[in-house]
Amino acid sequence: MQTRKKYIFLTFLASWLLLFLFGGDQLRRLSPFSRRKAESRRNWPRWTDRSLLKSFADPEELQRDGDPSLLSPRERRAARLSVYGSSRCRMETCFDFSRCEKHGFKVFTYPQERGQPVSETYGKILSSVERSRYHTANPEEACLFILGIDTLDRDHLSGQYVRNVDEKIRSFPLWNGGRNHLIFNLYSGTWPDYAGDLGFDIGQAMLAKASFDTESFRPGFDISIPLFSKDHPQRGGDRGWLHRDSVPPKKKYLLVFKGKRYLTGIGSGTRNALHHIHNGKDIISLTTCKHGKDWEKHKDTRCDKDNIDYERFDYQELLHNSTFCIVPRGRRLGSFRFLEALQAACIPVLLSDGWELPFAEAIDWGKAAVVGSERLLLQIPSAMRCIHPERILAFQQQTQFLWDAYFSSVDKIVHTTLEIIKDRLSPHRSRSRFLWNALPGGLLVLPDFSTHLGDFPFYYLQHGYSPSKKFTAFIRAASQAGSLSQPILRLIQAVSGSQHCAQIVVLWSCEKPPPPSGKWPQTTVPLTIIQGRRQVRGAGRRQGSRARAGSWSSHPTAQPNLSVLPPQLSDRFFPFEAIQTDAVLSLDEDTSLSTSEVDFAFLVWRSFPERIVGFPTQSHFWDPEQERWGYTSRWTNELSIVLTAAAFYHRYYHSLFTEYLPAGLRELVDGLAACEDILMNVLVAAVTKLPPIKVTQRKQHKEAAAQQAECRDGAAGTPPSGQRSPSAPHSAPAKGKGTAGSRRFSQRQGCLDQLADWFGYMPLVSSQLRLDPVLFKDQVSVLRKKYPSLEKP
Amino acid sequence: IMCASAKYNTRGPALIPRMKTKHRIYYITLFSIVLLGLIATGMFQFWPHSIESSSDWTVEKRSVHDVPVVKLPADSPIPERGDLSCRMHTCFDVYRCGFNPKNKIKVYIYSLKKYVDEYGTSVSNTISREYNELLTAISDSEFYTDDVNRACLFVPSIDVLNQNALRIKETAQALAQLSRWDRGTNHLLFNMLPGGPPDYNTALDVPRDRALLAGGGFSTWTYRQGYDVSIPVYSPLSGEVDLPERGPGPRRYFILSSQMALHPEYRLELEALQAENGESVLVLDKCSNLSDGVPAVRKRCYKNQVFDYPQVLQESTFCVVLRGARLGQAVLSDVLQAGCVPVIIADSYILPFSEVLDWKRASVVIPEEKMPEMYSILQSIPQRQIEEMQRQARWFWEAYFRSMKAIALATLQIINDRIYPYAAISYEEWNDPPAVKWSSVSNPLFLPLIPPQSQGFTAVVLTYDRVESLFRVITEVSKVPSLSKLLVVWNNQNKNPPEDSLWPKIRVPLKVVRTAENKLSNRFFPYDEIETEAVLAIDDDIIMLTSDELQFGYEVWREFPDRLVGYPGRLHLWDHEMNKWKYESEWTNEVSMVLTGAAFYHKYFNYLYTYKMPGDIKNWVDAHMNCEDIAMNFLVANVTGKSVIKVTPRKKFKCPECTAIDGLSLDQTHMVERSECINKFASVFGTMPLKVVEHRADPVLYKDDFPEKLKSFPNIGSL
Repeated sequence: MQTRKKYIFLTFLASWLLLFLFGGDQLRRLSPFSRRKAESRRNWPRWTDRSLLKSFADPEELQRDGDPSLLSPRERRAARLSVYGSSRCRMETCFDFSRCEKHGFKVFTYPQERGQPVSETYGKILSSVERSRYHTANPEEACLFILGIDTLDRDHLSGQYVRNVDEKIRSFPLWNGGRNHLIFNLYSGTWPDYAGDLGFDIGQAMLAKASFDTESFRPGFDISIPLFSKDHPQRGGDRGWLHRDSVPPKKKYLLVFKGKRYLTGIGSGTRNALHHIHNGKDIISLTTCKHGKDWEKHKDTRCDKDNIDYERFDYQELLHNSTFCIVPRGRRLGSFRFLEALQAACIPVLLSDGWELPFAEAIDWGKAAVVGSERLLLQIPSAMRCIHPERILAFQQQTQFLWDAYFSSVDKIVHTTLEIIKDRLSPHRSRSRFLWNALPGGLLVLPDFSTHLGDFPFYYLQHGYSPSKKFTAFIRAASQAGSLSQPILRLIQAVSGSQHCAQIVVLWSCEKPPPPSGKWPQTTVPLTIIQGRRQVRGAGRRQGSRARAGSWSSHPTAQPNLSVLPPQLSDRFFPFEAIQTDAVLSLDEDTSLSTSEVDFAFLVWRSFPERIVGFPTQSHFWDPEQERWGYTSRWTNELSIVLTAAAFYHRYYHSLFTEYLPAGLRELVDGLAACEDILMNVLVAAVTKLPPIKVTQRKQHKEAAAQQAECRDGAAGTPPSGQRSPSAPHSAPAKGKGTAGSRRFSQRQGCLDQLADWFGYMPLVSSQLRLDPVLFKDQVSVLRKKYPSLEKP
Repeated sequence: IMCASAKYNTRGPALIPRMKTKHRIYYITLFSIVLLGLIATGMFQFWPHSIESSSDWTVEKRSVHDVPVVKLPADSPIPERGDLSCRMHTCFDVYRCGFNPKNKIKVYIYSLKKYVDEYGTSVSNTISREYNELLTAISDSEFYTDDVNRACLFVPSIDVLNQNALRIKETAQALAQLSRWDRGTNHLLFNMLPGGPPDYNTALDVPRDRALLAGGGFSTWTYRQGYDVSIPVYSPLSGEVDLPERGPGPRRYFILSSQMALHPEYRLELEALQAENGESVLVLDKCSNLSDGVPAVRKRCYKNQVFDYPQVLQESTFCVVLRGARLGQAVLSDVLQAGCVPVIIADSYILPFSEVLDWKRASVVIPEEKMPEMYSILQSIPQRQIEEMQRQARWFWEAYFRSMKAIALATLQIINDRIYPYAAISYEEWNDPPAVKWSSVSNPLFLPLIPPQSQGFTAVVLTYDRVESLFRVITEVSKVPSLSKLLVVWNNQNKNPPEDSLWPKIRVPLKVVRTAENKLSNRFFPYDEIETEAVLAIDDDIIMLTSDELQFGYEVWREFPDRLVGYPGRLHLWDHEMNKWKYESEWTNEVSMVLTGAAFYHKYFNYLYTYKMPGDIKNWVDAHMNCEDIAMNFLVANVTGKSVIKVTPRKKFKCPECTAIDGLSLDQTHMVERSECINKFASVFGTMPLKVVEHRADPVLYKDDFPEKLKSFPNIGSL
């Protein structure tokens, strides 16, 4: 008995021992309380002699990394050109920078081949280039060339496939092996592999192509563009669909997809798996087998049911109601749904491995899209659920910004392409990645103006800067007399009385020379007179010559002998070098302002440095009867235009006006009376998407148009008399406004129409408010008020 | 182990008494032995060790020279050459990384071995100081795992930082025999000095198949974008020399070149620049007549003048970084450390960490062909921008260049961001120096939208028990055309809200939310019932606002949806005597806050107030039953950087500030309390975010000489 017990006991213990010995490892893995804490982790050892280890390289070796036996830099650069064929082109090997030095970045488009019409889309691309400010008709001064042959569709099964491209381009004398050429392409390759091949030798030309794959993409040389449909608008473009920042930002569906399921062939790997994530609740993934002629041949068991489900949901409705949209590859890497999702503020979840994303050289897609991996499709739902609402909100807004800044029209896509190339030409004068990815976007930020963020009106908050504490008063004088009128003298006095005024600049836009220095009033701030400077226009404006033509200090001794051409209205928005402050107070000579009005308006402007802040206003409206845009300066409850006869704005808008807008548009404005300040308002509204700001004015300002009296056109019409006295505001325009038969007035109406046409939409935004001093007309002692004079009738 | 032995002891006594005494000692002894064995076994089992290499790690104190030696047979396999077409989706096994809530990749480090060839000659230096530092940093980081089975990324301990210090073929063989090599899939190699004479390849020549390469000196032809990582060439001087940060601003020299072994052609061009521009350009070279003992690497000379290196770099605004035999140069690190703006002249060079760093903000890149124009190019850069670049350069060095640890972690983070793109670090986090991060704001509602008028606003009335006044407020507010819903937050737990039938009949839905606790923060909770963007917070005694005024307030909010738009304005002032902030409710010409007794704001700020309020402010406010409105003003101003908008003229408000605290009048104690709130919040926020403005918003035609009936908002400003 005893022995047996003993043995049982021993066996029992032995088995415990064995269990621990062999099962311990498994147990350790299973046990939830396993002690795999940081301190017990087997870290990289702290070697006892670690301080004695030798450095990876001798300091001398690091600092003297040269080898005199090497090729000289010049030889190396030359060798490089021959070593790397066109498939490995880089800007420094395949692009002739010297072509761009003399005339700057100019783009030439080949004339279209006779008898070879281009597709509608390519026609849009060409006209976008021609509408750009870089276009030139002279191939001699061109830096970049764009073919007149339609190369968009290079699928040789397609009807738009152009044959014998090779022969044609070789016959072009300018072709030069493709150097400095840019070739646009949307579709390349064909069934079954849809390879990147274009069917002709592009040589050393740059390729702007949709569905670019990272492998054939030549970084820093090619440009990936988005796939867009032939209905994509030429200019303007539809707005994004996000009109409100909902909180929480999640929509009805988490994730949606509706599209074809490829049963075979390239791209079927992903497309054939998408239905797996469909849960019928917040994830809707609908596929149809119906595509191609012989789909029924490959049909599987799912097809019939899927095809029925597919019809039950509307694609547009899904786009509107989903937080994320799956954007998988099709046969090619890019798809229309990418831009569709972007516009719909449905955050794209990209499942297209190896796709070089559109404009990735500039755009940080990580802020607007989720770049998923085709292999991890099944993880997508849980990963998307884990994305924080704040991030979703930011993603949604970024999709809208990117859509509006770079994608909503063919113009924007083409201009973005050109700007990216232009930035490569002079890296030190190019946009940083930040500029491309922050409002208002790279196209509206001119690196030729400055490369410092603080010089622009848009980034003060994001970088903790603030606008300068002083302003420049900029007075446009166009009086017919050679002498100074009373209003301008009063104006100079009032403005120079402001503590924030740094300088006064007078733009003398008259044929008659300005009065000598003695006639100008003595002011505490410097006074500069600039002679109308029509003559310097066009001469190397793009080279950044901030021409200071004919400007001299307040004590002019000799007057330059300039062949004065007729001053142009839009000259007042030339980026004069004399303007040194961020803020410009734009004035007409007959504007009447008091010092406290100026002071208050300037303080308001400092709160809204990206907007126009001013006194007299107008509002625009759509006239449904005449089907055109109109504007009124009558007293209304709204405003959308602040006249530049008395307004503060950022000096950057001078550069934007003169250098961003194409010359054609400025000429158009010069041809119309009193249109230039509307154009300025339209431009600023297009940039900011915000209305201007009206501030308190002591008394009514005259309708500025009346005072645009050029010195040459003495008989300039006065505005209709009814305009200055208060009259009934109308939501629709008052009829019979033209009774005075004012040519000027109707021209001005035409101006708005033409601007809306050029921009492709009406950028002006209305506001219902005016900013007054905090105690304005409050029933409190005048002594308490900082701006009592503003309340005087 | 403690709890294990206790368990067996309690079981023991239950068995032992049944045995004979003479055997007892024997049994106890036996049992103790077994128990000790058990404990030992258990300890052994639980002791951390690797399944693959069981003994390497048990001893901490070891020398590098004691590591195991591995002999590589001459015919052991060599990996394929690096595959230039590799991308994450083709050569990287993402399944190893898996989806995990932390979104962190797991990195395994192979244990250190010494590799020798057949004849016992070593393949390379076992490990360099820098590579040891790098591996230590990885091992100490969150990325590290010691479990090879859970790893997503493998880092060999074979040191390939310097290609010249190793034998290429044998190193490749050593790589190929790593236990998880598998054609180099998910293996990460760090290399700083690639290539060798005469052609100096720009990527590591060691055949490495699919392994990722973190290399210092890639050209655009060898860099596999989105796969490789471009890293700096570490400068050991970073650790030796302490260059204190120098404030930005003009320096003695404009352009400085400090490299020693420049190609004569480059040197000629630099000297031409110097001849043209005189003193402002300084081209240094090695010193020819240094006395013994002075390290040549720490001195530079110009003619007979001797300069200390790298200190001299701090004397210049721009420092030239020219390519040598290799594209990546250690001098870049020294230049950044000195806060000198690097002028990088190395065509086709992939700058370090260029996948995430915006080099345009910290450097000037000039094509080699344009070297003669360097001076004029640099002259055209605005001074303010130069200062920013100087700061940025220094920040890049501090964050990503200064140590092997910084380099290792940035590299891993970049790879991590590719695998978990939805959790990636943003551009701002990578690029903004702390000073910018601190002074800048990133508005969560940055898109300029004017929300559609049609959605209207939701009025949220916080009430306790003033039913009569509440009903009046409800009736008044319901007259506002754009009201879309009314939400009453019933903050009284002791009393039920009035019955349904007693509530005023209004044209919009009215919901009553009962709260669990009488807390002021209940007013700012992001209730699901709020379906509009705009929230009108209104106290249950604000009956003096007209329908026009409220409607106008809503219209103003639509134009400024990211701001607080409210009626009574308040101001904060700096009290010079007391040296602290003071609250001001008098008639002032300025405003910096609006009271939330009547204010419009975006629902997003409810979410922020409830979940993202810094510090203990939220609880503090609830405990003190005061200042929730000041807290909201701070929060909104801090996140947007913008001022409030006060609308319409001042009215006689019935002490709007004291509504929450029943019965307390607007007396001195109250003002003192409010001032204390401001000081408290300013210290929690670490700054004073409130912005002072002198304007308020009125309708366009306010007080204009114009028929009232034609104005959109005639009934404004009546007392």
